[in-house]
Amino acid sequence: MTSLKVNINGVDFKNPVIAASGTFGFGEEYSEYFDVSRIGGISSKGLTINPKAGNEGRRLHEVTGGLINSIGLQNPGIDEFIELEIPKMRSLNTVILANMGGGTMDDYLAGASKLDKADVDIIELNISCPNVKSGGMAFGIKSCVAHEVVSEVRKVTKKPLMVKLSPNAEDIVEMAVKCREAGADSLSLVNTFKAMAIDINKRKPVFRNIFAGLSGACIKPMALRMTYEVAGAVDIPVIGMGGIMNAEDAIEFIMAGATAVQVGSANFVKPDIMLDIIDGMEAFMKREGIKSIDEIRGIARG
Amino acid sequence: MSSKYLKAKVASNEKIAEGIYRMVVEGDYSANPGQFYMLRAWGVEPFLSRPISIHGITDAGIEFLYEVRGTGTEIFSKLKAGDELELLGPVGNGFDLETIKGKVAVVVGGIGIAPMYEVMKHIKDSTVDFYAGFRDEVYSVDYMKEYADNVIISTESGSVGHKGYVVEQLDASKYDYILSCGPTPMMKVVKEMGEKVGTPVYVSLESHMACGVGACLGCTCNTKKGKERVCKEGPVFLGEDVSLDD
Repeated sequence: MTSLKVNINGVDFKNPVIAASGTFGFGEEYSEYFDVSRIGGISSKGLTINPKAGNEGRRLHEVTGGLINSIGLQNPGIDEFIELEIPKMRSLNTVILANMGGGTMDDYLAGASKLDKADVDIIELNISCPNVKSGGMAFGIKSCVAHEVVSEVRKVTKKPLMVKLSPNAEDIVEMAVKCREAGADSLSLVNTFKAMAIDINKRKPVFRNIFAGLSGACIKPMALRMTYEVAGAVDIPVIGMGGIMNAEDAIEFIMAGATAVQVGSANFVKPDIMLDIIDGMEAFMKREGIKSIDEIRGIARG
Repeated sequence: MSSKYLKAKVASNEKIAEGIYRMVVEGDYSANPGQFYMLRAWGVEPFLSRPISIHGITDAGIEFLYEVRGTGTEIFSKLKAGDELELLGPVGNGFDLETIKGKVAVVVGGIGIAPMYEVMKHIKDSTVDFYAGFRDEVYSVDYMKEYADNVIISTESGSVGHKGYVVEQLDASKYDYILSCGPTPMMKVVKEMGEKVGTPVYVSLESHMACGVGACLGCTCNTKKGKERVCKEGPVFLGEDVSLDD
């Protein structure tokens, strides 16, 4: 029997394929298109303590092998998430990760306190959004600042705490180590890369904030490298993501040392692409005579 | 669970004007007039599918009228009968044709004509005046005459019909409802004309989209209720509810 089951911080996942935050709403939208219960988990749309309207102006720009987004954490706020979205997410019968962003330390603490009491399996602390002007990514650049926010959040929740790292961190390995020291139970990486695009007809940047976040197939080699580096530096589960488009990509991240993977922009290419990835991973394991995904985790590390 | 993600074959794909194509895709479809599909006819490059409104649904399949604007639509333009493409949909809300009745004006600019063929087909027990504006070359209008009581054409170049903008021909006070699709500045004028005389205006918006199903929040617009998704709450909005300012 081939098993894709994984356990992250005491939470059982039926397989290691999780929908990445910001690409899957709260799961309901996609449940019209495929059996969402088959995926390992869903990381919610990035939540903030108060409802957030997100950014004005153009929000998407397609590039070769991916896209740049400037959504700006539009979300209904944590209270509405708890009241209206969690019950619906629960009915999808998969693991719930509550992805939480913020602009200030107070926001993070207030949000984490509320989520601590909510029916979510894991809190994924987003210290890496490039599209929020105040705070946001600042927490994800300097490891000393990240250490502080993770330490404080750790004090207000007993839920498993996954910290989502930015590829824009000054030093991703130091960042990972500091977050581990501060009490992170697991790490997910990477969020989008700070990027930009220029509208040559209007002769100005496409996005109002000028810079925005790049994702998609084009970031995979860099994301994989960072996952490999971080998995070698910490003793907690690492969840890899960045441009995973198929089962082979996902297996690469597992072989680099990731416990599980998150799939983001690929969902826009094909709504049920995560099922292809799960099936493809299983087929690879069967073909190679691999019984448990544990057998190949980190195997490329030598 | 009904999968709304389909593979289908192109039945025909013809150029009807410079940069404008009408493509028929085989299959059995049903949708609300004004809805659209996310289409792709490639692997992972270009990355995103393209939102294309439903032009018409017939026994032969579904028709899309589209303008070549970039890489994706360029690929569509090269498809031939028998080629495969993928469709996700129908998505979006479409027009509320239970409400829209009486004396109706349909006001389009350029490729904004695309969704209105199927829409006009379903406007019952009403009179429909069809206003179409183009830069120079006029397309698809003969096709629309089937469901219009009157057809009023404008071209910016003056090559056909009134020389100038389509809105210059419109008297909003004559109508119970106005439906509009086209460039945002045009729809903004139509919306304001309607508001001035108390005629409800429905606008069908266009936006860059990634998921097309309401998950990514990439295509939102500003409405009275806050930010709403063009792909989910739209693409059709009541003009007075939505801001058409940049």
